[in-house]
Amino acid sequence: MNYFEGLEGTVSSESDSQRTLTPYVTGTSVIGIKYKDGILMTADMGGSYGSTLRYKGVERMKPVGKHSIIGASGEISDFQEIMRYLDELIIHDNMWDDGNSLGPKEIHNYLTRVMYNRRNKFDPLWNTLVLGGIKNGQKYLGMVSSIGVHFEDDHIATGFGNHLARPILRDEWKEDMSFEDAVKLLEKCMLVLLYRDRSAINKLQITKITEEGATVYQPYALKTHWGFTAFKNPANGGAEGSW
Amino acid sequence: MFRNQYDTDVTTWSPAGRLFQVEYAMEAVKQGSAAIGLRSKTHVVLASINKANSELSSHQKKIFKADDHIGIAIAGLTADGRVLSRYLRSECINYSFTYESPLPVGRLVVQLADKAQVCTQRSWKRPYGVGLLVAGLDESGAHLYYNCPSGNYFEYQAFAIGSRSQAAKTYLERKYETFMSSSREELIKHALFAIKETLQGEKLTSSICTVAVVAVDEPFHVIDQNAITELVESFEIQEETAEATAPAGDMQEDQGQQIAPMDI
Repeated sequence: MNYFEGLEGTVSSESDSQRTLTPYVTGTSVIGIKYKDGILMTADMGGSYGSTLRYKGVERMKPVGKHSIIGASGEISDFQEIMRYLDELIIHDNMWDDGNSLGPKEIHNYLTRVMYNRRNKFDPLWNTLVLGGIKNGQKYLGMVSSIGVHFEDDHIATGFGNHLARPILRDEWKEDMSFEDAVKLLEKCMLVLLYRDRSAINKLQITKITEEGATVYQPYALKTHWGFTAFKNPANGGAEGSW
Repeated sequence: MFRNQYDTDVTTWSPAGRLFQVEYAMEAVKQGSAAIGLRSKTHVVLASINKANSELSSHQKKIFKADDHIGIAIAGLTADGRVLSRYLRSECINYSFTYESPLPVGRLVVQLADKAQVCTQRSWKRPYGVGLLVAGLDESGAHLYYNCPSGNYFEYQAFAIGSRSQAAKTYLERKYETFMSSSREELIKHALFAIKETLQGEKLTSSICTVAVVAVDEPFHVIDQNAITELVESFEIQEETAEATAPAGDMQEDQGQQIAPMDI
């Protein structure tokens, strides 16, 4: 076997560098909100391959260190690489073994630096990240995009969530919501996304972070209602076409 | 001090297990003009004696700000001290830029100590000839550390380095138990008293000493000369009424040659 067989088609020269041009396996919206005890974040478990809803068990939210959780939309492989960076960061932080630990603010800024630097090299990590956490009673929730745009807020949404969830959150989010109310609010947003975002699937997870630590809940589905006469029987019922 | 065949290289051990070059570097710290540091639960104060070469020249800067929450006082080769303070400033600002958060003092001190250690294990280098008192605040409270040329570092409630520092240390040892609960003003007064001890009878004026403070609500800064003058005057009067015998300072710092003086 010719050792160079696989390399025949490629030309590697200094001018031709490899960089992300299009995403392949992507996750859709992530929503995060502050509530009484910390942060709640939700995302579905879908990994779309273009227009195909290919993977249905993708965990798009993970705990980071003792005080934070991260959620990602966009290219899943880039999210996995970001998790490797973060794991290394947390390991080194733990190795100091000195009672200090990186909080959500520090991790958010670290990610901002990483994303912005990649953007400057024209080799972005194709993600929008949501970073939430609580440390010493201070709640923190922020977002970084693939071009390095970053900010903090009481509620965050990415992807389609920007358009569909944000208006709901603006209207109905309040300071210090209880866990139950916060979950209801998130489910309300996810339901709209499920109906209207074609890359959404009906299998969502909720992740919570409080002073005690992070909890990633088991996935579950939302109840949907399709029993509209116009939908069931468009020809005879009352629909003039589908809109 | 003494010369022997094991002290040419920093990478040469003596048969007694000593690195003489490192010990000589610590001697350099003892020759520098005094610097002291003390802390309470919420404040850290640094003070130093401004030694000038002659009446005509200005004095050397011995207190440096590394960041809003960290400052240092040096004793020994001030040139080495400047280089190290540049390193500290760089580390602080890099951390701040990446994490939007102040660098924990304990970590900075370890980085500094590791940097000093490198110079004790390379044949083409020499140890830094400067001792640093690092004062800083972080999430876990107020801290004062001492970094040695040997690469060791220790946390202190109060400490003094440089020439005639033993007198200041004696004073601090008498008073340190009250420091944790002292107010800002009390801490500064103690600092000035300690500095006074190292002057051996010379008059304490605001031009001969520099005092700096850092606290949760106060970024690290050098206290204005006028404020110092006022403080000095306020307790000068008190002191005249109290007994004013300056304790005989221990000038024999060269003793202790027979034991490895790694710990001060």
